[in-house]
Amino acid sequence: MIIKEGLKYSKEHEWVRVEDGEAYVGITDYAQNALGDVVFVELPEIGAGLNAGDSLGVVESVKAASDVYTPVAGTVIKVNQELTENPGKINESPYEAWIAVIKLSDPSQLDELMDEKEYKEFCSKEG
Amino acid sequence: MEDRVLIFEKSKPGRIAYSLPACDVPQKELDQLVPAEYLRDGTPDLPEVSEVDAVRHFVGLSRLNYGVDTGFYPLGSCTMKYNPKVNEDAASLKGFTSVHPYQPEDTVQGCLEIIYRLGEMLSEITGMEKFSMQPAAGAHGELTGLMIIKAYHKSKGDLKRRKILVPDSSHGTNPASASLAGFEVQHVKSDADGNVDMDALKAAAGDDVAGLMLTNPNTLGLFEKNIGEIASAIHDAGGLLYYDGANMNAILGISRPGDMGFDIVHLNLHKTFGTPHGGGGPGSGPIGVTRELVPFLPLPVVEFKDGKYCLDYDRPLSIGRIKSFYGNFLVLVKAYTYILSMGPEGLKKAAETAVINANYVMEKLKEYYVLPYQRTCMHEFVISAQKQKEEHGVTALDVAKRLMDYGFHPPTVYFPLIAKEALMIEPTETESKETLDKFIDAMINIAKEAASNPEIVKKSPHNTPIGRLDEIKAAREPVLRWERDK
Amino acid sequence: MEHTSPSRYISNTPGQGKTMLEEVGKKSVEEIFDDIPASVRLKEKLDIPGPMPEMELVRHMEVLAAKNVNTGEYACFLGAGAYDHYVPGIIKHMLGRGEFYTAYTPYQPEISQGTLQAIFEYQTMICELTGMDVSNASMYDGATAAAEAILLACNLKKKKKALVSRSIHPETREVIRTYAAYNDIEIMEVSFSEEGITDEKDLEGKFTNDFAALIVQSPNFFGSIEDMDNMGRITKARDALFIAVVDPVSLAILKPPAEYGADIAVGEGQSLGNSLSFGGPYLGFFAATRELARRMPGRIVGQTTDTSGNRGFVLTLQAREQHIRREKATSNICTNQALNALAATIHLVVMGRRGLRDVANLCIQKTHYAYETLLGTGKFAPAFQAPFFKEFTLCVKDGNLSVSEINRRLLEEKIIGGYELGKKYENLKNAWLVAVTEKRTKEEIDRLAETIRNM
Repeated sequence: MIIKEGLKYSKEHEWVRVEDGEAYVGITDYAQNALGDVVFVELPEIGAGLNAGDSLGVVESVKAASDVYTPVAGTVIKVNQELTENPGKINESPYEAWIAVIKLSDPSQLDELMDEKEYKEFCSKEG
Repeated sequence: MEDRVLIFEKSKPGRIAYSLPACDVPQKELDQLVPAEYLRDGTPDLPEVSEVDAVRHFVGLSRLNYGVDTGFYPLGSCTMKYNPKVNEDAASLKGFTSVHPYQPEDTVQGCLEIIYRLGEMLSEITGMEKFSMQPAAGAHGELTGLMIIKAYHKSKGDLKRRKILVPDSSHGTNPASASLAGFEVQHVKSDADGNVDMDALKAAAGDDVAGLMLTNPNTLGLFEKNIGEIASAIHDAGGLLYYDGANMNAILGISRPGDMGFDIVHLNLHKTFGTPHGGGGPGSGPIGVTRELVPFLPLPVVEFKDGKYCLDYDRPLSIGRIKSFYGNFLVLVKAYTYILSMGPEGLKKAAETAVINANYVMEKLKEYYVLPYQRTCMHEFVISAQKQKEEHGVTALDVAKRLMDYGFHPPTVYFPLIAKEALMIEPTETESKETLDKFIDAMINIAKEAASNPEIVKKSPHNTPIGRLDEIKAAREPVLRWERDK
Repeated sequence: MEHTSPSRYISNTPGQGKTMLEEVGKKSVEEIFDDIPASVRLKEKLDIPGPMPEMELVRHMEVLAAKNVNTGEYACFLGAGAYDHYVPGIIKHMLGRGEFYTAYTPYQPEISQGTLQAIFEYQTMICELTGMDVSNASMYDGATAAAEAILLACNLKKKKKALVSRSIHPETREVIRTYAAYNDIEIMEVSFSEEGITDEKDLEGKFTNDFAALIVQSPNFFGSIEDMDNMGRITKARDALFIAVVDPVSLAILKPPAEYGADIAVGEGQSLGNSLSFGGPYLGFFAATRELARRMPGRIVGQTTDTSGNRGFVLTLQAREQHIRREKATSNICTNQALNALAATIHLVVMGRRGLRDVANLCIQKTHYAYETLLGTGKFAPAFQAPFFKEFTLCVKDGNLSVSEINRRLLEEKIIGGYELGKKYENLKNAWLVAVTEKRTKEEIDRLAETIRNM
């Protein structure tokens, strides 16, 4: 299982990468592996204002559907349209396949997320 | 394996499979009858085949299917028992098939009598006060029952009950139906024995709980031993107890949901009462209720007054109408016929035999597969391919697919969700020991193959009309209809 | 009796039952039910009739069937949502194949290609009839399909209101109301005009932007063909979905829903190869635009390939459904009406491109003949002016006659008369809804008129 350095992680297996106050959010390698081949991604609406823990969209495989929750609050400013055409990218390269970009309203929430070391430990406990 | 040809690809302009009488009234041009802008340009592109083409096509399709008439179908939670043929004959009598639902009541007394009497029998079998035959399927019965729960609390002015509790072993329809009835869903975990965890249940049973949905025996095929305590916990909290009748076949004539404390029951006539599944319907999901809940039943209700059967619409507390007309009537005819042919002794014997058959198969398989719950089961049980997966990479799905090569329909897989690599097996009472023995041999062989030749299992099935299908491709690039080459 | 099986449907002999009990280590049948507490064990035998031997049972069922009047012996001019169309003979032979009717839902595609391919063909033909992009595998009936369409629209638009035309089948409106009430959706009805179609003025007045959908039936409950182009245009001017309820037989000659801008087309499929059956089982069809495919309720079959590249069919887009999504599913529906959908499929294949059009033409010609002939009796006035297809509404103008009296006297002549609209519409007290399918002959229509003329 790949856990990338420099990212922040949530207990729901989302990753966050921050660039200039904008957060890219996707699902981790662990999550895509548990889900299986992704066949469809439901993206959020641009302009949606979200609280931490709100649904950012849905990732579907043949046998499961999983809500993606944003670990950070803010406004959706970009969505990854490529995933509509090629949902399998989440399986191939989960850390490049961001789902949406969120303009952070409260950057301090990032501190509550795990770093790669903490996330690795978290995953090993999940079995 | 040939590429199956679609009916559209067999079409040839000018061929026909129909015959209609000539028009015996004076004809007018269509645009004299209906404004031209309402008319369609051209005709829908339907196939043009001869009658023999049509017959061969559908007979050909039927041969690609597997039914109970073909062989053993141990699909857990689905009760794939034999579907008696006399029931089909009864349901195809002209006096049932050629009756319009809006004919005057005097002219449909036979139909109403069947609905009424079947309701009485089901009330006796389940220990309820009255039944409605309106729901078209099990899930539809659940929805109806949940609406009744909501209407009941509302009638008491109790508006805070927004939650429905469902065990984590429940059928997916339970939470989905609760949602559709406008409830929030709270899952209750199971204990190590596979029963509802009493502590979790008591903690959840507050004054915001409208009711609990329970399958008993549950989806692991285990009887909820604490049913008395469960019922008290829910009733003391002011909630109602809903019985999902998916597994009623285990307790016919042995125990009744009404006596266990359930307030609402739905039955699946297509499981317990021998009506065929039809490849996915029509089913029928009648619901029965206690005396206190009778006023809330959906419209209309069949009553017997002054020596006549009639439809009662004057029920101010009713949840309203949930389906057109009076339910899936022909399915009711089949269930009625079934119950009469079995009688009280026959139904009880069916339950006993179903339970013995399940325990027998479980006993023979537990050495080869992990048995997550070591208890006497009811009419079905769950084993796990966990060991095969860990040791040889052979999953429950692989075992299921390989069973087809041995000529059996696979069990239900990956359900209930609380058991890993679950294979849920329900033999039913109609199968003989000889059939069960052959199935057991096949399962044992597959366990052995998983160790000696895992690839043959993983790549199975090998002897079916078509190989394993790419479901990922189907979902990623949906092709949901045939299109003519442009 | 101890030495034979207790029922012809139970295969084990008493001896085998005993052996198997021993093998699982139980001394008695009672012991195997030990998990069931004594307090909830049934002490007495169930108080139900039977067992009946087959001969007796058949006789009993024949007696019950004979208590009903059937349309084989009576000429049926009753429609109102269920129609006495001809069901081609081959349908019962095909449906009678055990491989079809004793199969479960096609969850194991390798041994269910028959059901799956038939559904794929069904979906294709429903799309062809309605002009819509996608169809599901069918719903319980037309009424529940309409209710689910409204729920879809409200979920999509995140609005809690829907507009329903009063000219829609009353039972469909009742089912919509029930489903809506439990989802806190407000239903507002639009009245109908003197022409017998949805009142445009009333609609324009009520149709604010907080409605998720407008639903209109055409031909509507009165038999009138609605101006669906106009309904579509009015809906498109708002942020709402247009849901059309249609009669599949009429679509052989009437404009398909896709052409007047419907987002969803639903309807009762009974007219396609399913007998009247005292109201069920029937099937509801549900078709929509491509954008709504992943929000549709119910099963959907898709095409794919197997490991060797052969074409095959599977249930697809299943992440919408209850067995995966549980409380977040698009609907709780689990079954479809597979066997009824199969009947519809075979019906459409048998009728084919020409046959369905011929049926529709016979319906519309005979219906208009019946309309003129009944008006010719002098007992009726037209109720509405709108065009109609296989059903129309008349008002009884003879003060000495009522609709129920007419129907009662027709029954004596082995004619099942039309629907009494006054039962559901207070302002249509003397209105009579008459249906004429391709099965009605000129002789029957003339006899109907003659009987009434003599009243």
